[in-house]
Amino acid sequence: MLADKDRIFTNLYGMYDRSLKGAQARGHWDGTAEILGRGRDKIIEEVKASGLRGRGGAGFPTGLKWSFMPKGDDGRPHYLVVNADESEPATCKDREIMRHDPHTLIEGCLIASFAMGAHACYIYIRGEYIREREALQIAIDECYDAGLLGKNACGSGWDFDLYVHHGAGAYICGEETALLESLEGRKGMPRLKPPFPANTGLYGAPTTVNNVESIAVVPTILRRGAGWYASFGRPNNAGVKLYGLTGHVNTPCVVEESMSISLKELIEKHGGGVRGGWKNLKAVIPGGASCPVIPASHCDDAIMDYDGMRELKSSFGTACAIVIDQQTDVIKAVWRLSKFFKHESCGQCTPCREGTGWMMRVMDRLVTGDAEPHEIDMLLDVTKQVEGHTICALGDAAAWPIQGLIRHFRNEIEDRIKAKKTGRVSAVAAE
Amino acid sequence: MLRRLYDEQPESFAFTPANLEWAKGQIAKYPEGRQASAVIPLLWRAQEQEGWVSRPAIEEIAKMLGMASIRVLEVATFYFMFQLRPVGTVAHVQVCGTTSCMICGAEDLMAVCKEKIAAHPHELSADGKFSWEEVECLGSCANAPMAQIGKDYYEDLTAESFGALLDALARGEVPVPGSQTGRFSSEPAGGRTSLKDGDPAYEGNSSVSLAVFGQDTVKRITGDEPALRMPEAEGAVAEAEPEAAPEPEAAPAAPAPAMDEPVAAAEGEPTDPEPVEEGSKPPTLVEPRDGQPDDLKKIKGIGPKLEQLLHSLGYYHFDQIAAWTGAEVAWVDANLEGFRGRVTRDEWVAQAKVLAGGGDTEFSERVDKGDVY
Repeated sequence: MLADKDRIFTNLYGMYDRSLKGAQARGHWDGTAEILGRGRDKIIEEVKASGLRGRGGAGFPTGLKWSFMPKGDDGRPHYLVVNADESEPATCKDREIMRHDPHTLIEGCLIASFAMGAHACYIYIRGEYIREREALQIAIDECYDAGLLGKNACGSGWDFDLYVHHGAGAYICGEETALLESLEGRKGMPRLKPPFPANTGLYGAPTTVNNVESIAVVPTILRRGAGWYASFGRPNNAGVKLYGLTGHVNTPCVVEESMSISLKELIEKHGGGVRGGWKNLKAVIPGGASCPVIPASHCDDAIMDYDGMRELKSSFGTACAIVIDQQTDVIKAVWRLSKFFKHESCGQCTPCREGTGWMMRVMDRLVTGDAEPHEIDMLLDVTKQVEGHTICALGDAAAWPIQGLIRHFRNEIEDRIKAKKTGRVSAVAAE
Repeated sequence: MLRRLYDEQPESFAFTPANLEWAKGQIAKYPEGRQASAVIPLLWRAQEQEGWVSRPAIEEIAKMLGMASIRVLEVATFYFMFQLRPVGTVAHVQVCGTTSCMICGAEDLMAVCKEKIAAHPHELSADGKFSWEEVECLGSCANAPMAQIGKDYYEDLTAESFGALLDALARGEVPVPGSQTGRFSSEPAGGRTSLKDGDPAYEGNSSVSLAVFGQDTVKRITGDEPALRMPEAEGAVAEAEPEAAPEPEAAPAAPAPAMDEPVAAAEGEPTDPEPVEEGSKPPTLVEPRDGQPDDLKKIKGIGPKLEQLLHSLGYYHFDQIAAWTGAEVAWVDANLEGFRGRVTRDEWVAQAKVLAGGGDTEFSERVDKGDVY
C-alpha cells in the first residue's frame, strides 16, 4: 500500500488545516519561485520524464501536450484552461482536490501556465460544484493576498492571474473544445479538430486544457523529482493516482494509491471488499461511464492502469470504478448509462443525437426482455455506426458500455428475452 | 427533453444592487470584448436570486453583455441547471439517478419525492414549497445515493433519512448538509485507510463548513451575503468551537442534522464536538439457542464477514435483531467495526421481523435458491 509520505494529496478528506498556512505546513508552495527559475524547457522535460499521463480519462502524456504550445510570440496570449467539469458518472476525485486540497491545484496552475507561456488561467468547474467553487475561490483569494498569484507571482517575475469559471450542468463541457465554447459564452458544442486548441483555442489563442488532477500533481513531481514519481506503477503507467470506489463495495471511498495496483487489492484494502464477499462480484465498470464493463471473471487479476484495462478491452478512464454485485441487474445498470448519454448528447452530430436515443430505447426493451434476439446484433451494429462518426468522443463513449455489455453478458440478455417469451425463468435470469 | 420558456412570464427582471455589483466583477474576469463569457455566471445568479430563469432575465443579461437575446436564450435552454419554470419556494430537490447512485438506492429516493412532493418531476408540490427532478451524475459517487438541495449536497441517504430531510425543510429547518450517516467526506465509510494521523481539525468537511458558515443552502441570493472566508482550523476536535456566526445579526447556527432519528445521533464520528451518544447495547446471547444460529446472511446486507462479526457480538437469531429498538440499532450501527451504519442502511430490523415470523423476503428467497452464496 502507498505510504502516507508518498501521497500528493495529503489533505484529501479535508480533515486537516485547509488554509494556505496549513497547505504550506504540508509542503505546498515551497520553493515555487525556484521551480519557475528552472525555465520552461526544464519543467516540461521533467514532467515528460515523470511519465505523467492525463488524469481526465484519455491518458495523453501531459508533458508532451504542454510542448505543443507555440514557443515564439506571435502577439496572441497563451491560456491554460483547467478542466474541472468532473461529470463522468462515478467520478468524484477532482472534487476532493478542489474543496480540500486546493493549493495543490493552484500552485500547479501557476507552474503549468509558466511552462506554456500563459499569464492567465481559467479553471472551468462544473456548475453543480457550488461549495467546491467557493472553497477554491477562497483559496485563490488567500494566494493573491499572500503574493503567490498576481503580479510577480511568488517573486518569480512572472505575472499570473487565475480565474474560476463555472458551467451549468452539461457533461459535454468536459470535452475540451466544448469546454472552450462554453467558456466563451456559447452552447457547449464541440469544435472540429484541427485546428487543435494548442494552436487555436480559447478566444482564438493557443490553449492547453488539462484535467485538475494532472495539474495538481505537477508541483510535487517537480519538488520530489521525476524519478520519484516514475518509481510508482508499471512502465508507461507511472505515478500515483486518485481512485474512486463506488457502488457495491462495503466502504465506498476516494483514495490515493499507486498506479498499477490490482483491482482486487484496491477493493479489498480501501473498499472493504465487495458487498457479500468477492464471490458476490458481478462486474466492474473501471473508470467512469464510458469504460466497457468487465465481468467478475476478469477482475481477479485485473491491473488498474492504462495498459491493464486496455488489455481487458476496457479503459482506465478516470479510475473511479462502479462495483456491481450479483444482486444487481447489470443490464439495467448499463441501460442507465445509455440514458445518461442520451440526456447529455449535445445534438450537434446526427449519429450521436439520434443514435444515443435509439440505443437507449433498445436497451429499455433489453432490460424488460421485450425484444427479439436478433435485435442484440442490430444494437451492436448501431453502436459501431455511432462510434467514430461524430465530432467528439461522446458518441464513442455511448457505444462502448453497450458493446462491453453484449460482449460479456450476451447470455443474460438472451435468457431474459427467452424467459419473457416462454414464461420460463432459467437460473441465470433469476433476477 | 424539450426545454422552452415558461408560458407565464414576469413583467420585468432586475438584479439587486449588490448582485449587479457582483455581476460587474464577473464580467471583468474576461478580456475586453469577451464579455459574453460571463453569460453562464450571470444567468446563474439570476436564478439564485429569483429561483428560475425568466425571459426578462434573459433579455436583461443579453443587454448587459452586448449579446443578441437569442444567444442568451440558447445558453439558457442548453444547460440543464437553468430552471425555465418556477420551482418550489423552499427548494428544488435534485436527486442523482445515474448508475452509481441508482444501484445504491436512488430509485427509493425518487419514490420519496413522488410521495412527498409531486408525482412528476418539475411539478410543484400542493403547497408550492417544493419541486424535484432526477438529474444526471452529480459527482459525489463515493457518497451515493445523494441529492442536491439548493447549494448543497446531502449524501449517503436512505429513503428514511431523505424523507426526514424533506420534512425538516418543510418545517423551515435547514439540516446540515454532507453525509447523513456521519461520514466526514469521502473517506472509506468504515474509517480511514490512509491519512489516518490525527483527528479532524474541523467539525465538517469543506462543503459542510461553508454551508454552516453561509446559512445559504436554500436561500435566495441577493448579493449582500457576508464574504466567504476559510473557517479556522482547530488544533483538536475537543477544543473546536461551534461555527461562529460572522456577523452579530447573522442567522443562528444551523440546526443539528435530523436528530429525531436516534440512529443519526449515534453515528460516532469524531467530528462531533460533544461526546457521542452511543445508544444502548441490545441483549446478547453467549451462544446460539440449541447451538443452532439462524442464517443471518438471509438478511440483505449481511455477508459472511458481517455474520461473523454479529456472532462475535452475541447475535445469532432473527428474533434478536427484530427486537432491536431505535437506541439499540444505534448502538449496533456504531459498533460494527468497518460496517458502521449498515443496520439502518440495509433495514435489517424490518427484514429480520419478516424472517423471524417465518416469512421470506425477496432476497432470502434468492439465498435459499443458492443464487447468492
